[in-house]
Amino acid sequence: MPRWADGATELRYQLEFSSLLPHWPEFLAGAWTTIQFTFLATVLGLIIGILGAIARDSRVGWLRFVTGAYVELVRNTPFLIQIFFLFFGLASMGLRMPIFVAAVLAMVINVGAYTTEIVRAGIESVHPSQIEAAESLGLSTFQIYRDIIIGPALERVYPSLTSQFTLMMLMSSVTSQVSAEELTGAANNIQSITFRSMETYLVVGLLYLTLTLLLQVGFWALGQALFPRRRRLGTPL
Amino acid sequence: MAGLNLNYFIYLLQGAGWTVILSALAFVFGGAAGFLVMLARISRIAAVNRIAMFYVQVIQGIPLLIIIFIIYFGLGILGISMPPLVAAGLALTVYCSAFLGEIWRGSVDAVPRTQTEAAESLALTRWQTLRDVIIPQAAKIATPPTVGFLVQVLKSTSLVSVIGFIELTRAAQVINNTVFQPFTIFGVAGLLYFALCYPLSLWSRVLERRLNVGRR
Repeated sequence: MPRWADGATELRYQLEFSSLLPHWPEFLAGAWTTIQFTFLATVLGLIIGILGAIARDSRVGWLRFVTGAYVELVRNTPFLIQIFFLFFGLASMGLRMPIFVAAVLAMVINVGAYTTEIVRAGIESVHPSQIEAAESLGLSTFQIYRDIIIGPALERVYPSLTSQFTLMMLMSSVTSQVSAEELTGAANNIQSITFRSMETYLVVGLLYLTLTLLLQVGFWALGQALFPRRRRLGTPL
Repeated sequence: MAGLNLNYFIYLLQGAGWTVILSALAFVFGGAAGFLVMLARISRIAAVNRIAMFYVQVIQGIPLLIIIFIIYFGLGILGISMPPLVAAGLALTVYCSAFLGEIWRGSVDAVPRTQTEAAESLALTRWQTLRDVIIPQAAKIATPPTVGFLVQVLKSTSLVSVIGFIELTRAAQVINNTVFQPFTIFGVAGLLYFALCYPLSLWSRVLERRLNVGRR
């Protein structure tokens, strides 16, 4: 025993990853569920975000108020509380849904609020003269949003959007607290079987890191494909 | 509001008190560590720079929940038995340091280069430049996002409930386990979080508007 270890008898713990090997299918299944959660919440969250951003700038007073309240309530309370409220709350009313649905629903509600704010910033950055030009061409409000505003707005805020969706992927780990079987949920199960908690969470941490990197590369490639202008000029708009 | 009597409400308020204490600890220690991360990120020594970048990438690429578990079980393995407050505080400190470090590095980068060049031509040392020229200007730019991040810190403290630390979320869970009134209990807990976070959000927005006016 080296001299520095004298008296540090507690330090005999050896990390041992081999007992985790038989559980690799569970890790993979968990990671796959996390990917599904993230995909669904990204697509649905973006739709909610676009609709929310339009509603927040609408001329109808109560619509503006409702979306404003939604955005502020969601952004100023923890995701964990939102999940508990939704999951246990609906269950107490006798409304039971599959945990997969509940988890995705909670994520969509949460990320939709953030996306609303981001998309709104994008919409505000579209120059008024563009909209005036569209109006003078006789385009309807729907056409103006669809053909003139949304595209450039999304292009401008694309980096903020993708980092928000990456944060949401990480946040999906919280759904394990209502026993969703995603990556963290799988880890909780595996560590309670193997008693190798430290090793399990280190492996899972590494898996999340891999997912984050994959997601960042994926979003970057998607951005290159969606916004050729950015690719050609090297700058957004 | 059946199910939520005064005793329960006081219990929730105590939990909220711990949430505030924990957030303050995380912000102070995380801020100190984040300052070091920022210094390392703007360092001219490539190795230091790269290590800091790696640290930030790793921490920002792992869910806070997993960081909490790793630190909680890690302390256990080291044979250090600590109150949950320490494990919770440590995990949040690590988490905050990476995010604050990046926010502040961005603010330092946002100070025009000419300022550094002017300071250098006055023969200020690198440290003097940073302390007397760059940081005062960067601090102004950094204030709105830093206050905004405080909201993030307050909310993320809810996750340490998983290691049994009784803050607001855990307190709500405990009460809900006895009375099972989830809408009421988690609704009230949510409103308490909102009462803590919303003023900070507003403040951050006001600061940002003021900053933009000043720079127009």
